[in-house]
Amino acid sequence: MTTVFGVPLAAILGQMMLGLVNGAFYALLSLGLAVIFGLLGVVNFAHGAFYMLGAFAAYIGLASFGVNYWWALLLAPLAVGLVGIAMERLLLRHLYQVEPVYGLLLTFGIALIAEGVMRSQFGASGKSYPVPPLLQGGLNLGFMVLPVYRAWVILASLIVCGATWLLIERTRLGSRLRAATENAKLVQAFGINVPLLVMFTYGAGVALAALAGVLAAPVVQVSPLMGSELVIVVFAVVVIGGMGSIIGAIVSGLMLGLIEGLTKVIYPEASNIVVFVIMAVVLIWRPAGLFGKEQ
Amino acid sequence: MTRKSIIVALGALLGLSAASQASAAADQVVIGDIDDMSGVYADVLGQAGFDAIDMAIHDFGGTVLGKKIMVLSVDHQNKPDIGASKFREWADQNGLTMVLGGSNTGVSIAMSKVAAAKKIAFIAVGAGGASLTGVDCTPYTVHYAYDTTALGNGTASAIVKQGGKTWFFVTADYAFGTQLQEAATKVVLANGGKVLGAVRAPLGSTDYSSFLLQAQASGAQVLGLANAGTDFSNSLKAANEFGITKTMKPAALLAFLTDIHALTLQTAQGLYLTTAFYWDLNDQTRAFAKRFFAKVKRMPTMDQAGYYSATTQYLNAVKAVGSTDSDKVMAQLKKTKINDMFTTGGYVRADGLMVHPMYVMQVKTPAESKYPWDYYKVVKVLTGEEADGSQSDQSCPMIKR
Repeated sequence: MTTVFGVPLAAILGQMMLGLVNGAFYALLSLGLAVIFGLLGVVNFAHGAFYMLGAFAAYIGLASFGVNYWWALLLAPLAVGLVGIAMERLLLRHLYQVEPVYGLLLTFGIALIAEGVMRSQFGASGKSYPVPPLLQGGLNLGFMVLPVYRAWVILASLIVCGATWLLIERTRLGSRLRAATENAKLVQAFGINVPLLVMFTYGAGVALAALAGVLAAPVVQVSPLMGSELVIVVFAVVVIGGMGSIIGAIVSGLMLGLIEGLTKVIYPEASNIVVFVIMAVVLIWRPAGLFGKEQ
Repeated sequence: MTRKSIIVALGALLGLSAASQASAAADQVVIGDIDDMSGVYADVLGQAGFDAIDMAIHDFGGTVLGKKIMVLSVDHQNKPDIGASKFREWADQNGLTMVLGGSNTGVSIAMSKVAAAKKIAFIAVGAGGASLTGVDCTPYTVHYAYDTTALGNGTASAIVKQGGKTWFFVTADYAFGTQLQEAATKVVLANGGKVLGAVRAPLGSTDYSSFLLQAQASGAQVLGLANAGTDFSNSLKAANEFGITKTMKPAALLAFLTDIHALTLQTAQGLYLTTAFYWDLNDQTRAFAKRFFAKVKRMPTMDQAGYYSATTQYLNAVKAVGSTDSDKVMAQLKKTKINDMFTTGGYVRADGLMVHPMYVMQVKTPAESKYPWDYYKVVKVLTGEEADGSQSDQSCPMIKR
C-alpha cells in the first residue's frame, strides 16, 4: 500500500475528507464574522454563542414543536437572526462611536450570558439531535465510508458561502453595503438608509452562525459550550484570511480544516494548536492576513 | 482617557470575582467545594454537587460540635492554578476545615499539594486519577468515589474476558486520560489482550471522527474511550455515525449517568461502564435519589452521591473526635467502616484510597428501559479489593515498604 510519512494513503485521503467537513464549518462561521467585521467593524465575540443557539433552536424545535430538520434549516437562522437584529438595535448600535473594544466586551458578555442560560436550562452535557432520515447511511468513496450527512455539510456550506460571496460582490445591494463600509456618511447622503443596512447585515451574519449550528447539531452533542470551543479557532481563521475579507474567510476556513485534519493523523496532540501556529506565522509574514489589504 | 477607563473597568470586573465571603470565624465548620461549575464536567457535580453537600448538612442538622456548618464554593474552570489558589485563600482567610474536590484530576493534584502544606483534609470525589493516592498521595487526602485503577479493573477486564482482546484507545490528553489508559492497558495485557494503538485527543476537541477513523484502521476489536463528559459523548456519537460501533465494541472507561441521559439510550445502548453508585441499586439508593431528584430534577450521578456521602462521613468523624483538627479527623476516617446510601463496607486505606465495591454496568436498550432514568443493568459486582487491589499503592511515599 502507498504510504505518506508512514501513514497509508487511504488514511490520509480519509483524514483530508474529514478535514474538509470541519473546514466547511470554519468557513461558514468565519464568513459571518468577516461580514460583520467588514461592514460594522465589530469584533463579534458572541458568534460562537449564536452558533450554539442555532443548534439549540433546532433541538427545541424538534423536541417541543415537531419542527423537522429541513424546516429548522430555515427557521432557526431566522429566529436567531431576529435575536441578533434586536441586539444590534438595542445595544450594539450605541457603541459604534467608541473604540471597538467596547463592542468586543459587550458581545463577549452576551455570549457568557447565553451560555449560562442554556446551561441552567439544558445542562452542560447537552442534548442529542438525530441525523435526518433522508441523510442517514454512508457513501463508499473507496478509501473511506463517508456518512451522507457529512457530504451534505460540505455541499450546503459551499452553496451558502458561494451565494453570500455573490450577494456581496456581484449585486446592487452588495455594492451599497461595500460603499457604506468605505464611507457611511457619503452613502447616506445619496439617500440610502445606512443604519437599516447595518442592522440587517448584523442579522444576516448572526443567521449564518445559527445555520452552521443547525448543520452541526446532528454531528456533535448540542451543548452550551459547543460555540466557545469553536469560536476561538474561527477567529484565528478570520485573522489568517484577512479581517473582513469574504473570500479570505472561505478559503482559509477550508484550508485550515484540511491542515488540522492532517495534524490529527501525524501528531494528534498538536491538533488544537496548529491553527494558532499558522496564525502566528501568517501575521509575521503578512500582517493583514492572506487576503487582507494593507491599510 | 478611554484606554484608562477600560483598564479601570477590567480591574473592577476582576475584583468582583475575587471578592468572596471573607469572614474567618472559629465558631464555624467551613467546607469548601472546588469544582467545574460551568465547563464540560458541570453536570457530573456542578451546582447539583453543591446541592448534595447542602442536603448532607441539612440532614446532619446544620451544626456539629455546636458550630454552624457553612459551605464555600468556587468554579475552578478546569484550571489547576485557580483550584489551588482558592484552596490556599480559604485556608488562610476563611477558617477552612475540609475541601471536597470536584471533577478534573489535574486540578485535584494541584489541590492535594495545598492540602499537605496547610494540613487540611481533602476529599477528592470527582477526580479519577489513581496517582492521587499513589505518587501524589498526602496524609490529608482521601480519594473517595472511584479511581482509574477501579475503572480499568471493572470495564476493561469484563470486556477482555468476553473476548475483546485487541484494543485501541482514544484518550483525553491530560493526567486523567493518560492514567485511565494506563490502568486499562495493564488489565488488557494481564488478561492476554493486546493494545494496537492509541491517540491522544486534546481536551474539548469538537470533532472526533478523524481519531475514530484511526481507531478503525487499526483493526482492533475494542474502542477504549479514555475520556469523559462531552468528550466522551462526542466520541460515541461520531463512532455511531461512522458505523464504527458495528465493527468495534465501544468501552466507556468513564461514563456518568448524565452522559447516558444526554446521549439517549438509542445511541448509548449496550455500552459497558463501571460505577460506584447507581440510583436504582437498592431501597437506600432509591430513597436518596428520590429526595435528590425532588431538589434538582435529575437523578444523582456517582459523584453527586459521593459528595453527599463524603460530607456526612466527614461530619460524623468531626463529631466522633470532637474536633476539626485534620490529623484527628483523618485518623478517625481511616478507622471507620463506611456504610451508607453510597456504599457498603467501605474503608479508607493507608494511602488514602476509599476502598469499596464497584459495579460493572451495561446500558439498557430503549426496549429494556421501563421508566425514566432506568438506564443500567448490573453485569458484575467487584469487591473493593477486586477493584483496587488489596494493598496500598506502593508508589505513595507515605507507604513503608
